[in-house]
Amino acid sequence: MSVTVQTDVFDAGAALSAFNKGLPDAGGVVSFTGIARKDDGRTQMLELEAYLGFTEPWIEALVKEAFARFNLSDAQVIHRVGPILPGEAIVFVATAAAHRRQAFEGADFLMDHLKSRAPFWKKEHGPDGPRWIEPRQADYQDLTRWTADQTPR
Amino acid sequence: MARVLLFGALRDLAGWREQIFDGVSDLTGLRSDIAQLYPDLAEAISCPGVQVAVDKALVRGNSILSAGAEVAFLPPMSGG
Repeated sequence: MSVTVQTDVFDAGAALSAFNKGLPDAGGVVSFTGIARKDDGRTQMLELEAYLGFTEPWIEALVKEAFARFNLSDAQVIHRVGPILPGEAIVFVATAAAHRRQAFEGADFLMDHLKSRAPFWKKEHGPDGPRWIEPRQADYQDLTRWTADQTPR
Repeated sequence: MARVLLFGALRDLAGWREQIFDGVSDLTGLRSDIAQLYPDLAEAISCPGVQVAVDKALVRGNSILSAGAEVAFLPPMSGG
């Protein structure tokens, strides 16, 4: 298991290759890469702030929950902070499990929680100046998929 | 003495990210010191939705602050 919060740009393809190489016995790997949207030039830059020493343990606890819930054999999260330009990767999640469904659901669970609850503060710099972004209603709704039982909608 | 950290919109509102407050021994005392110096910030950090972490652990209500405690005011988190 590995959780990294970093300012450096990363290559999601290289991260996935490295994840695959270090794997214990697994039947499937799922990965997701979140990318800063260009939004037709409306977003010139994203600025992500974390509380270092608080944000990483929060993500580690989330990954541990995903391990237990979906019987994962390995997982990795890389999350950017600082200034992020359109087209750059913001987040990378990879999960490995004995069977594909667990790997898919583990990655889905991690992303739904990272997108709505994780201790980050996000500022969007556009033509009208900067503004702080809060989670969309849809992000909160996505979370309810995981509360009722272990099966997403 | 407590080291106060602000995040997100709270930092923009206050115009600072980190500041030392001397002579405070609990959160209630710290809040009243903040209210003296920065009334707008004091109001903002008492809004529901703003969480408080002492030494990187979330707390509710009042909390004793040991010497050199780190107190972070966390506005609603946006997710990544």
